[in-house]
Order: sequence, then C-alpha cells, then structure tokens
Amino acid sequence: MWALRSRLVEGLRAYGLIVAMWTRSTLAYRTSFLLTALGNFAATGLDFLAIMLMFTHITALGGFSLPEVAFLYGTSGVALGLADLVLGSMDRLGTRVRDGTMDVLLVRPVPVFAQVAADRFALRRLGRILQAAVVLGWSLSRLEVDWTPGKVLLVPLMLLCGAVIFGAVFTIGAAFQFVAQDAAEVQNSFTYGGTTMLQYPPTVFAKDLVRGVTFVVPLAFVNWLPALRLLGRDDPLGLPGWVDFLGPAVAAAMCGLAWLAWRAGLRNYRSTGS
Amino acid sequence: MLYAAVAAGSFRRYATYRIATASGVFTNTVFGFILAYTYIALWTERPHLGGYDLPQALTFVWTGQALLAATGLLIGGGMDELQERIRSGDIAVDLYRPADLQLWWLAADLGRAAFQLLGRGLVPMAVGTLVFPSALPASPVTWLLFLVSVALGVVVGFALRYLVALTSFWLLDGAGVSMVAGLMCLFFSGMVLPLNVFPGGFGEVVRLLPWSSMLQVPADVLLGVHEGVGAARALAFQAGWAVVLLASGRLVQSVATRKVVVQGG
Repeated sequence: MWALRSRLVEGLRAYGLIVAMWTRSTLAYRTSFLLTALGNFAATGLDFLAIMLMFTHITALGGFSLPEVAFLYGTSGVALGLADLVLGSMDRLGTRVRDGTMDVLLVRPVPVFAQVAADRFALRRLGRILQAAVVLGWSLSRLEVDWTPGKVLLVPLMLLCGAVIFGAVFTIGAAFQFVAQDAAEVQNSFTYGGTTMLQYPPTVFAKDLVRGVTFVVPLAFVNWLPALRLLGRDDPLGLPGWVDFLGPAVAAAMCGLAWLAWRAGLRNYRSTGS
Repeated sequence: MLYAAVAAGSFRRYATYRIATASGVFTNTVFGFILAYTYIALWTERPHLGGYDLPQALTFVWTGQALLAATGLLIGGGMDELQERIRSGDIAVDLYRPADLQLWWLAADLGRAAFQLLGRGLVPMAVGTLVFPSALPASPVTWLLFLVSVALGVVVGFALRYLVALTSFWLLDGAGVSMVAGLMCLFFSGMVLPLNVFPGGFGEVVRLLPWSSMLQVPADVLLGVHEGVGAARALAFQAGWAVVLLASGRLVQSVATRKVVVQGG
C-alpha cells in the first residue's frame, strides 16, 4: 500500500513538473498561444453556433428546448475539455512508438504514464473548457428546474465523473496504440465523436446506438443519464431510476479497466528495431 | 511529367499508411452516423429545410464524410510539412530545385486527395447509403460532374492552405493562423451545417465564399440541385476561385522569397 502511494505521489509530482515546463515553453510564444487558445475556444464554439442555427428553424430538437440542449452541450463539453487538458496529449503515443522516442521515456526514473500524459501539455485546451463552461452557465440560468441541494450537487459530480470517464477512454486509446501504432484516429470516434453525440438529446438517436453508449462504451453516464434525471425526462431505454446515479461507480470501473489496458499495453511494447 | 510523378508518389505514400486509413474510415463512419441522426431529427421537425428533403440531407452528410479527407476539410488550415520546412529553413533547398514550388506541392496534394477520396471516401459513403435513405443520382453525367467539382474543390482547398502556409515566412510559428483558417474552412464549407440552412443575408454571403467550393458545391452537384446551365455555373464558380487563389499564392510566394531572409541564413 505504501509503495503504491509513494509511486502515485511520485507520478503526480513528475506530471506537475513536466506540465510546468511545457506551460513555460508555451508562454514563450505568446501570440501563438493566445491565437491557438482563442482558436480552441472558437472551434468548439462553432459546434454550438451550428446548434443555434438549427434552432433558428425549430423550437425543439428531439423534444428538447435550446437551454436543455445547451445543458447537454455544456456538461459534455466541460467533461471532455478537462480530460483533454489533463490527458489529451496521450494520442501522440503512437507517433512515439513509431519513431522510437518511446524508449527515452522508459529509461527515465519517472513513471511512464506521467510522462506520456504530460507530454506536450497544451494549455490552449483551456479554451474548450471555457467555451463549454460559458454555454453551461447560460443554460443553467435558463433551465426551469426546481433546484434542490441534491440537484445542485449533481452538476459538479457529473462534470467530474464525466471527465474521469473520458480520461479513461483517452488512456485505453493510448494503450491500444502500443499495438496499433497508426490508429490514433480511432479514439477520436469515442472522445470527440462521443462528445458530439452527447451534445444532442438521446431521443434523437436510434435505440441501438443509445444502448451502445450505455452498455459498451459507457459514455451515457457522462451526462445523458444524470441530465435526464435533472431535467425530469424519461430515459428512452427505460432503465431503473437508480442507474442515473451510477456515474461514480462507472467512472471507477473505467479507471480500473484503463489501468489494466495501460499495463498490458506497456508490457507488450517492443521498440522499433533495426 | 515531373509533376505527374510527384502526384503518383504522393498517392503511393498515403496508400502506405493502411492502419491510419482504416482508422480514419472508422472515425468518418461513426461521425456520419451521429450527424445523420441529428439531421433526421432536424429534417423531421422542418421538412424541406434549405430546399433538401430528408434523403438529400442524409446524402449531404455522407458526402461530407467522404470528402472530409480528400478536399482537406480535415487537415483544415495549413500544410504542416511545408510550414515545418519554412520554419526550419529547409525551404531554401526546395527553392533552388529545378521545379516550381507551388506546382510541386499542388501535384503532391492532388495525389494525396486522389488516394483519400478512394481510401477514405468510398466506404463511409457506401455504409451511409446502405443504412440510411439516400438521394444518390443514377445518371453517370451527374457523377462525372461531381468528380470534376470535387477536383476543383481539392484545388481550391490546396490554394487556401498554401496561402496559409506561406504566412510562416513572416510568423515562423504558423499554428495559430492554421487553426483559425481550419475553423473557417470547417464552418464555411458546410461541414458543420449545410450552407443553405444558414439564415438570410449571412447565408447569401457564405455561399459566395471560396470554402463553399470544398463541400457545398460538390454536394449540390451530386444531389442534382445544380443541373444543366446551373451545373456549369457552379463549376465556373469553383474554377474562378481556384484561379484567383492560386494566383494570390503565386504573388505572396514571390514577395516571400524576395523579401524574407530564410531562418538561419
């Protein structure tokens, strides 16, 4: 137990140091940093602009009003943004395996996971979080919900669990790249594709697709299930009510799975030999 | 002849990355599904929005996924490779090669696009057509016009990215400009939402910008929105932008190579 704890502390410390280093180097090119952060803000903003353009023609999408869709948008956006900020650079792992620079990380006396996670830490990703948070704030001011302490607490809990679930997906995707190397794009389907899907009400999608993101890749726990509860909507799959609160358990299970996948991936690593 | 060899080489180069291509196809298909369902919800709520019926809207989605890689909507703003060569100063070597810089990169880009149209376009299009209602044309003439329109879209996409890449001569780190350009490209091409759904005067203006050549115009040609004289006008619109943008690229290039001191020299 002690050994595990000290390794965790060591890993976090290393992560913090590498992140601080990359942040300093990013801020050396200040104009570029501001532009890319702004670009990040605008990139996800465009998605929301598209939703707003849709709502110039309609009053409800899949039975959900604009503030309700904005709530889904904001919660999934902040959750993914947090995971993307902390672990988003992990998709470079395939490149490192391919060009052999992965070996450098292995010989350093620092946990490999911390190094890969902090590699090229991109502070500009704050832009995405900020943009989603603005939309979330706007939707919260417009939603007609009877706020109880429980419901108020549910919102930050959703964001946290959502970020952990997305973080686990990033990690599993990176572990997969030990084997597949060139397949970095597959994980985009689940992270960026996932958040695009979660921005829209579940009633829009075919039941099988909703089942898939509930039982196979449990992204529905990021925001759909708790949001349906919060907004007083029926779950299209008709699952029992307590399932809406499984977020933390699902997040923990995903972390366990990600840990196993990462360990298996790292043990399978063969350097590019010649 | 030289440029044909460059294009062929570029085609082969992209064909080597099989796993990357397969994973790209997978991702395009997943995004296609997600978009298709949101469009179904939108068009059920407002049938004939933007003049499309539901099958047309769905075919628009899958055309978008098919062209995403080919016309460069995905690589968006810049040309990483060229920008890196400008930043590192390697561009000096390229400039005294006995080949034209712009034509060289255009040829390479056409080779890339040809591969990605086949490698990354066909499968998502086929899957989408099998699963969802579709409005694909039966007439071979329409398909031929569509291919010409896609080719012109690729050239316009290249010309825009080439202009962005050249800014690296002055800015060195072109990441910010590339990003902004990439966003404009995604939004104004119709990738985020078809341009005929954009409201009022804003929609009118957006449809005249060069980015519409990269998805909206080819998709409309495929969907039979432009027929006969209309199709000829659409292709002329694309060709016009291609010429204007390539010429501007040439102008900027001559200014850049004359005035700018290459890094490290």
